[in-house]
Amino acid sequence: MRKICYFLLAAIAAGCAAQPQKSNQSDKHDEADAVGNPIGSGTAAAPSPLAAQAFYPSTYRVPPSTPTLIRHATVLTGTGTRLDGADVLLVDGKIQAVGTGLQAPSNARMVEGRTAAGESLWVTPGLIDVHSHLGVYPSPAVEANADGNEATAPSTANVWAEHSIWPQDPGFRTALAGGITSLQILPGSANLIGGRSVVLKNVPSVTYQGMKFPGAPQGLKMACGENPKRVYGEEKHEAPSTRMGNMAGYRAQWAEAQEYLRDLEEYQQKVAAGGKDAKDAKPPKRDLRLDTLAAALKGDIIVHMHCYRADEMATVLDMSREFGYHVAAFHHAVEAYKIANLLADNGVCAAMWADWWGFKMEAYDGIPENIAFVDAAPGGCAIVHSDSEEGIQRLNQEAAKAMAYGARAGLDIPPERAIRWLTANPAKVLGILDRTGTLEPGKMADVVVWNRNPFSVYARANLVFIDGVVRYDRQDPTVAPESDFLIGQPAAAGADR
Amino acid sequence: MKAFGWMLVLMTTAVAALSSAAAEPPAGPRAAPSPRASQGHAVLIRNATVHTVTAAGTLEHADLLIHDGKIEAIGRTVTAPSGAEIIDAGGRPVTPGLFGGLGHLGLEEIGEEPTVDDYALKLGAMRPEFDVSFAFNPDSSILGVGRLGGVTFAMLAPSAEAGGKGLGGTIIAGQGSVARLNGALARTARALFIDIGGDASALSGGSRAAQFMLLQQAFTEARSPKSLLPGDLRVLTPGGRQALASYLDGRAPIVFDVDRASDIRQVIVFAQREKVRVAIKGGTEAWRVAPELAAARIPVILNPLDNLPASFDAVGATLENAARLNNTGVKIAFSLDDPQPHNIRKLRQAAGIAVAHGLAWDAALAALTRNPAEIFGVTAANGTLERGHPADLVLWSGDPLEVTTLADRVFIQGEAQPMHSRQTELRDRYLRKLRANAAR
Repeated sequence: MRKICYFLLAAIAAGCAAQPQKSNQSDKHDEADAVGNPIGSGTAAAPSPLAAQAFYPSTYRVPPSTPTLIRHATVLTGTGTRLDGADVLLVDGKIQAVGTGLQAPSNARMVEGRTAAGESLWVTPGLIDVHSHLGVYPSPAVEANADGNEATAPSTANVWAEHSIWPQDPGFRTALAGGITSLQILPGSANLIGGRSVVLKNVPSVTYQGMKFPGAPQGLKMACGENPKRVYGEEKHEAPSTRMGNMAGYRAQWAEAQEYLRDLEEYQQKVAAGGKDAKDAKPPKRDLRLDTLAAALKGDIIVHMHCYRADEMATVLDMSREFGYHVAAFHHAVEAYKIANLLADNGVCAAMWADWWGFKMEAYDGIPENIAFVDAAPGGCAIVHSDSEEGIQRLNQEAAKAMAYGARAGLDIPPERAIRWLTANPAKVLGILDRTGTLEPGKMADVVVWNRNPFSVYARANLVFIDGVVRYDRQDPTVAPESDFLIGQPAAAGADR
Repeated sequence: MKAFGWMLVLMTTAVAALSSAAAEPPAGPRAAPSPRASQGHAVLIRNATVHTVTAAGTLEHADLLIHDGKIEAIGRTVTAPSGAEIIDAGGRPVTPGLFGGLGHLGLEEIGEEPTVDDYALKLGAMRPEFDVSFAFNPDSSILGVGRLGGVTFAMLAPSAEAGGKGLGGTIIAGQGSVARLNGALARTARALFIDIGGDASALSGGSRAAQFMLLQQAFTEARSPKSLLPGDLRVLTPGGRQALASYLDGRAPIVFDVDRASDIRQVIVFAQREKVRVAIKGGTEAWRVAPELAAARIPVILNPLDNLPASFDAVGATLENAARLNNTGVKIAFSLDDPQPHNIRKLRQAAGIAVAHGLAWDAALAALTRNPAEIFGVTAANGTLERGHPADLVLWSGDPLEVTTLADRVFIQGEAQPMHSRQTELRDRYLRKLRANAAR
C-alpha cells in the first residue's frame, strides 16, 4: 500500500496527501509581506513584482577550499568535448583550467585520475536536476511533511516551494552521492499554477536559505492534463474538470496578470515622470499571486510546465504566444518525441525520464527513445530529470539508457554529448549556465570524479565538489553529514546509504 | 461474449469452492494455451557466454541448441540439425529469461483508470479466495514491452489498498500466480499475499498489532473449521477458509509485504508456529534480521534501490541490503517497489546497482532468475539453462546487468519472441518523421 501511495506522491502528490494543508494566505500573512513591500511603501525603490525576493536571500557562502588538481582523467566538459588524459584545476572555488600538463599550486590536493590498474577515472560537471521535490515531499513520507502541493485552489502562484523545504530530507545526501550539485525544487502538479520554484546548491544546511543558489532566478511551476483535472474536477467537483477547463483556467490567470502588470507599469511611469502625477499616483493593490505571474510575463521568473502529451504542449505554445511569455521547458514530456522539431524550433527544452511510462493515460505513449529523439532534432534541447528521490541518485544511468535505446534506433550519441542532458542543458533552463553546468574556466567548481565511465550501472561518484569544496567522498562517509532525522536512530546504525 | 465467458468461469469456480470440502485450491481461470514450440524447428546460438545459473556456472565460447522448443544441448561444439537457424553470438551473453518481480502485469494497463485496474479487492472483508489471475490480460501491450527488456516471467500480485472508492481492502490482499510474458499463466505456481506494517495499519483497524491478531483468527478458522465462532464473528467465508487452508501444507508460499525489522521477526515467529512457507517482500530492514531469516530459510524479495527511510518502517534502509542478506545465506530475489508493470524491465538495472554496492554478480543474476523460480515453484521452466528444459532465455548485446545493454533475442517457453512492441511501433512511426524533418 505504501508503494502505491508513494508513487502517487511523485506522480500527482495531492492524490495521496490525505489532508491537503490549509492555505497560509491569512490577512496577517499579507500584512507581514506588505511591511517590506516597496510597492506603496513610500520608499524610492522601484515597485517590482520581484521585490519580495530580497527578503528571502541566499545565506550560502562559499567556504574556503584547498586548491585541487585532478590529473590524467577522462574529462567530459559539458560543452560537448571529451578530453582523455586531461587535468582539471580547481582554485578558490572556481574552475581555473582544464587541459593537459597543468601545474598545481604547491599546497594543492592532488587527485590521481588513473588507477593503479591503468584505468581512467572520469570527470564531469556536477549534475543538475531540474525537477525534484526533495524537501517538500521528503523522506519519511509522513503526512506531516507532505508540503509540496497547495491543493486548495487551481492557481496558487502566490506560494513559494522554498517555504516548504525541510532541509533535513535525507534524500539530499543520497542525491549528492549520485553527483547532484544543484537542483530545482518545484511545487507539485496538483494545480494549474502551482507556485514558485527555487534552485538549491546541494550543500548541507539547517535552513533552506543556506542552500539557495545565489542569484538563481525563481521558476514558475504549471501543470497540464490529468492532475489538475483529477484534483479539482474529479475529487472536489470544482473547475477545472477538463483539458479545456485547464486552458481557460491558465488564460484567465494570464489575462489578470497582464492587467496587473499594465497598472504597475503605468504607476511606475507616473512616478518616473515626477510632478503632480507622481504625487497622486497609486500602485495597484498588492497581490502575491499576480506578482508571480507578472514576473513570469516579464521573463524574470522562468516558466516550467509539466506536460505529457504532444498535442497539449503544442496548445500551451500557442497560449504562450497569446500572452507573450516563454516556456523554458516542458517537464515529463513523454510525447516530446512526436514534436521534437516543434520544440526545437520554439527554443523549448524537454525534461524527461529515460523509460518511465504508462502509469496514467497521458503517459501511455512513452518510449525509451524519447530523450534521443529530442536530442536529435536540429537545435533540440534534451534534459534528463528525475521527479524522484530514487531517480535523482542516478541521472547518469537514466542518460545511459537513453543512449542505448537511441543507438538501437540509429541515433548514436557519444558520452561528451549525452552529459549535456544532465549538466549544461539543465543549467540553461534554470538560468545558471553562466555560473555552472560546464567545466569552463571561471565557473563554479561543481565537479564530479567518477570511478569509471558514468554511463554505467556500476559507476559511482568517488568525489563530489561544490564550489571547490569536497562535499562527498566515497572513502570517507563522514564528509557528507547524515540528516538530523537519522542520527541516534537505532535502526539506522550501520545502514550505509 | 468474452465477458460472459469469464463470468461463467467465475461462477463455476465459486460453486466448486462452496461444494468441495477437499483442501485443494479452487479451479482457476483457464490458462491461455502455451504457444506451441514449432515442431522440428531448431535454433543454434553459437559462441555465446552462457550463464546457466546452475552448478555448471558460466560457459565461455559455448553453443546452445534449441530444438522443438527445448534446450537440446549446451556445450563447446554442438552440431546443428540441417535447416537450423544459426545465430553467431560473438561472445555475447545468454541468460535464462529474467523475472519481472511481483505486481500488476496484465492487471493494470494504465494507472488511475478503474476500468483497466483489477489488482485490488475493496469489499471491506478478508477474502483470501480473491485471485487476481482471473483478471490477467494476455493481450496487455505491457507484455511486449517487458519481453523486449528480457523479462520472461513475473508473479501476479494483488495489492492491499485502503478506502478509495470501495469499502477498502484488508491485510490479506489475495492470491496470484506466475505469468509468462508470452501470455501464458502457470496456475499451479501460486502464492498468497499479506501486507504487514505501518503502511497497512489502515487495513487493520489502526494498529499493526491487530494484523497478527486477525491473521491468527483467519488461520485458526481455516485450520479448524469445526470450532468456528458464530457467523458474525468469523473473518472468513467458506471459500476463504478453503483458500487459506490450501496454504497450510507449506507447498505454496505466503508472501508477507513487510519492512520493519521487528515486524519481520513477528513474521518468522508466525511462520514457525503455523508451519507455513513464507517469503518476505520488501524487507527494507531485512539485513538487520539476516541470521534469523537464514536459520528459518525464509527468502527475501527485495528492491535493491530502497536506501531512503521512506517510512518509519524503513529507517534502516541501505543499498547494501541485498549483499548483506546474500552474504548471510539468505536467499534473495528482486522486485521493484512499484507494483505497476510498465517498467519491470528496470529490475535488471536495480540488480546491477546491487552489484555496485557489494553483491556478487552471479548472485545478482540468480536473484533475477533461479531464486524467484525456486520461490514460486517454476524451476522446471524458468530460471536456469539446462538440457531438456523449455528454452526460456535471452541473448544480450552485452552484460545483462548493464544499463547500456539491450536484449537481442528472447525465447519464452521454447518460442522465439517477436522483437517489437507497441513502443517500437511508436518509435518507428515517429523516427520516420524525425528523419524527414532533419532532411528539410
